[in-house]
Amino acid sequence: MDPHAHVEPLPARTPPRSATGVSGWVRANFFGGPGNTAATILFGGLLAWALPPAFNWLAGNAVWHADYAACRALDHAGACWGFVTEKWRLILFGRYPYAEQWRPLAATAIVIAALVVTAIPAFWRRWLGWLWGAALAAFFALMSGGVLGLTRVDTGLWGGLPLTVLLTLVGMGASIPIGILLALARRSELPLLRSMATLYIELVRGVPLITVLFTASFVFPLLLPQGIRLDVLTRVALGIVLFQAAYMAEVVRGGLQALPKGQYEAAGALGLSWWRTQQKVILPQALTLVIPSFVNSLLSTFMDTSLVTVVSMYDLTGALRLALGDPQWRNFFFEGYVFVALIYFTCCFAMSRYSHWLDHRLSRWTRH
Amino acid sequence: MPDPALAPHFLRTRRGRALIYQALALCALVAAGWFLWHNTAENLAARQIRSGFGFMRQPAGFDIGETLFAYSSRDTYLRAFAIGVANTLRVALLGIVLATVLGTLVGIGRLSRNLLVRGLCTAYVEVMRNIPLIIQLFAWYLVITELLPAATEPLRIGPYVFLSKSGLQFPFPDLSGGWTLAVPEVGVFGITGGAAATPEFLSLLIGLTTFTAAYIAEIVRSGVLAVPRGQTEAAGALGLSRALTLRLVLLPQALRIIVPPLTSQYLNLTKNSSLAVAIGYPDVVSIANTTINQNGQALECVLMIMTVYLAINLVTALAMGWYNRRVALVER
Amino acid sequence: MPASRRILVPLVAATALALGLAPPAFAGKTLDAVKARGEVICGVNTSGPGFSSTDSKGRWQGLDVDMCRAVAAAALGSGEKVKFVPLNSQQRFAALQSGEIDILSRNTTWTLTRDASLGIVFAGINYYDGQGFMVPKKLNIDSAKKLDGATVCVQAGTTSEKNVADYFLANNMKYKSVVFDTAEAIQSAFFAGRCQVYTTDMSDLAGARTQTSKPDDYTILPDIISKEPLGPAVRRGDDDWFEITRWTLNAMLEAEEAGLTQANVDKMKAESKDPAIQRLLGVSEDTGKLLGLDKEWAYRIVKQVGTYGESFERNMGPKSALGLPRGVNKLWNQGGLMYSPPVR
Repeated sequence: MDPHAHVEPLPARTPPRSATGVSGWVRANFFGGPGNTAATILFGGLLAWALPPAFNWLAGNAVWHADYAACRALDHAGACWGFVTEKWRLILFGRYPYAEQWRPLAATAIVIAALVVTAIPAFWRRWLGWLWGAALAAFFALMSGGVLGLTRVDTGLWGGLPLTVLLTLVGMGASIPIGILLALARRSELPLLRSMATLYIELVRGVPLITVLFTASFVFPLLLPQGIRLDVLTRVALGIVLFQAAYMAEVVRGGLQALPKGQYEAAGALGLSWWRTQQKVILPQALTLVIPSFVNSLLSTFMDTSLVTVVSMYDLTGALRLALGDPQWRNFFFEGYVFVALIYFTCCFAMSRYSHWLDHRLSRWTRH
Repeated sequence: MPDPALAPHFLRTRRGRALIYQALALCALVAAGWFLWHNTAENLAARQIRSGFGFMRQPAGFDIGETLFAYSSRDTYLRAFAIGVANTLRVALLGIVLATVLGTLVGIGRLSRNLLVRGLCTAYVEVMRNIPLIIQLFAWYLVITELLPAATEPLRIGPYVFLSKSGLQFPFPDLSGGWTLAVPEVGVFGITGGAAATPEFLSLLIGLTTFTAAYIAEIVRSGVLAVPRGQTEAAGALGLSRALTLRLVLLPQALRIIVPPLTSQYLNLTKNSSLAVAIGYPDVVSIANTTINQNGQALECVLMIMTVYLAINLVTALAMGWYNRRVALVER
Repeated sequence: MPASRRILVPLVAATALALGLAPPAFAGKTLDAVKARGEVICGVNTSGPGFSSTDSKGRWQGLDVDMCRAVAAAALGSGEKVKFVPLNSQQRFAALQSGEIDILSRNTTWTLTRDASLGIVFAGINYYDGQGFMVPKKLNIDSAKKLDGATVCVQAGTTSEKNVADYFLANNMKYKSVVFDTAEAIQSAFFAGRCQVYTTDMSDLAGARTQTSKPDDYTILPDIISKEPLGPAVRRGDDDWFEITRWTLNAMLEAEEAGLTQANVDKMKAESKDPAIQRLLGVSEDTGKLLGLDKEWAYRIVKQVGTYGESFERNMGPKSALGLPRGVNKLWNQGGLMYSPPVR
């Protein structure tokens, strides 16, 4: 054959069905196969049937003003957000005196600002500890009063979101040092310390939080010497701290186990005592490893504080039940629960996203 | 041989120090224990509260709404506690089974190629995991009691099954007398006879199931994703469809990764069933609560609840440990 | 310092600061503690219309509230020096035992078990009540004996729970119980239709009926199945405080018997020649000294809170929202059960 002879190209075949671009994406994700297509039709139909009336109920026909007559006239054809408009202060702040509610608002804002600052790794410096000290001091000063000319408000009246935030922070903050000590004791070579720590951790992790709250509520007063009295808030906070300490201990123990033995051996070769080793070598590395788990623990403590409503403390959930005690608005419980669930969801979702981001960010340093 | 005269004093050796530290710890523990015990005894005496477990043999005096076996208010506190334990086990076992099924389905749904299915399952998991369980329970309870018809005008499903504010009532073999079938009938106050799944039980079951299923879905998903990719590719090369790959290749291997966190979710479900006290389901915590209010013996009742939960935990952990060993990787 | 310690030290310091801000703890007698604190801490119901409830401005009012205000007026000089702690039926005894409250004035039934084994003592009876049933009108029930097979809502840990078990057992009737821990939860369940019968003290039933939007749809059956003497309780072992509480209640009854009112007590104190009134109001004798109080203790009670009759009329009488008849709560010389030992 003449290599320079002109060869007619074969006629072009029709292109294959697109696997790229919009139509390709749609085909892959919705109509990939018979099962896939069936699922799309089923769930798509379900959503088309359920979503428009739901949206209508939530927003279209809803009453937004605190107008009881309008809400009753709705007769469940739409949501009565007037309940939330009427009662949001009771739900968010509990039984705190009405005129002084700027104080729990300010206190919560300060603490949340401190949390946001802590979340940014660029700010992980020494002064963060002092920032937290100042934030907590401001929180307690604002909430209980008695200083700077603010009227005293008894802890029995604290409630709503500030109480949830307080119990979460105190629960986490105080349980971390106890948890570290327990984890170190559990990994200790001294059999007595090891067995006592293991016993405590397994015992506390095996019982529900409600039993711990009952203990705090009914049994702690019996354990105190005669004449010493602690108010309910302190007892419940103590119960939550002792409960969380066991879970913290397991988290820290996971971090301690992940350290290679070489670190201990090197520290021993340098002549460091046991305490020095822990303080300078082991704990900094172990705690950094488990920071994402700490954030998860914070999340679960935040959700667990909703249980204090069972021992009649009016945190966010308890305050909602208080608001629902009003016979006029009792029928609109669903809107109230949606409101409170939304608050919890926003906070918890933000924390879990942050935890993922932090995990990703920190593991960059340990990936090779 | 090291010179014995140069050996350090016993108390300065590691063993000596260890002994000292443990002796100190023991002293501190004993002192703390004595302090608490002394306070408790003093307080109990001052308030004239009886102590000891003798009260368990006295008649309880209160009735319980849901009982698996016969109970009347003249029966002892011990029997009331037994009813409570039976109720806890009932909701925990059913919850574990249903949550596993639902969680596996949702977990696999999150791996689907279909965007709608994937999106819906992801939304389900995120919503359920980020709202506290107690709020979900309250919401379910209120929804169930508001939406179901009154007991005097129930919804009839078939000839013998009724759905109303008194719950789901269905025929059940009557084990007390002969082998008759106890059939529910509509009376003046609603439906009598047969067995019932009360709104409290239903809302607790649905709440626990949906909540735990979200966590199980995550565990299943991460278990399936942790199976090496080569397995999926090899299955594809053999011509297996996605469904068959999942069923025959991925899930069996994922099991050994799934089982340990699954165990802790089962334990969590059992512990979470203690929230029944908030919605009026008579589990063991709820009955202990009533007992504490009737006779003030808080210490004994709290100890009993803790023992019950620790025992359930131990049994569940042992059972799942046995299953774990069965599916574990056998290495030579 | 590792990162955790930098945060921990200030955190621990802040927590210590917070504990320091907690209310001070006192050993010793209740009266001394109350005087040092400057207020009486009173345990009341979270919501008990007629006995203890808050109005729209947050001010507590009710029969039990007046009882506490009277004690505060007698012991501290002013009925406003009271802090009210709302408690549900599970926490009430624990709160009193642990010292969280000084008086439990929370429509609590006086029974042997509670008097003898919970570490508390009852200082008197300020309302004679009984347990009854409330049913929807459309069920057409007129007697408690026709309640066989009903679903009954009752509050956990109350005498109502035990009484209803006894009643149904004694009458060979069966029932299914639905038990909650708070009165609000029960009322919510009853008015939603979860149960057909609500049982508690008659006064509570009347109060609950005022809380629904359709009170005429429900009837309270006439049967009274138990005795429920309600009264204030204090801790066992503190006789001085017990005497003060007991005689405060008695003074309110004696004042009504003597014909005093909040309006005329000043005039009577200045002008009356009746030796009983002079003794009561501290004109001729100092009865307060024997209780550890001053001589005008009873005068302050009547002036600031009123007599028992006035308190009753104001909070639950025929003209109030509850509209309960005085019934057996009348004075003994008018056919009722209220009988006070003489204040002399």
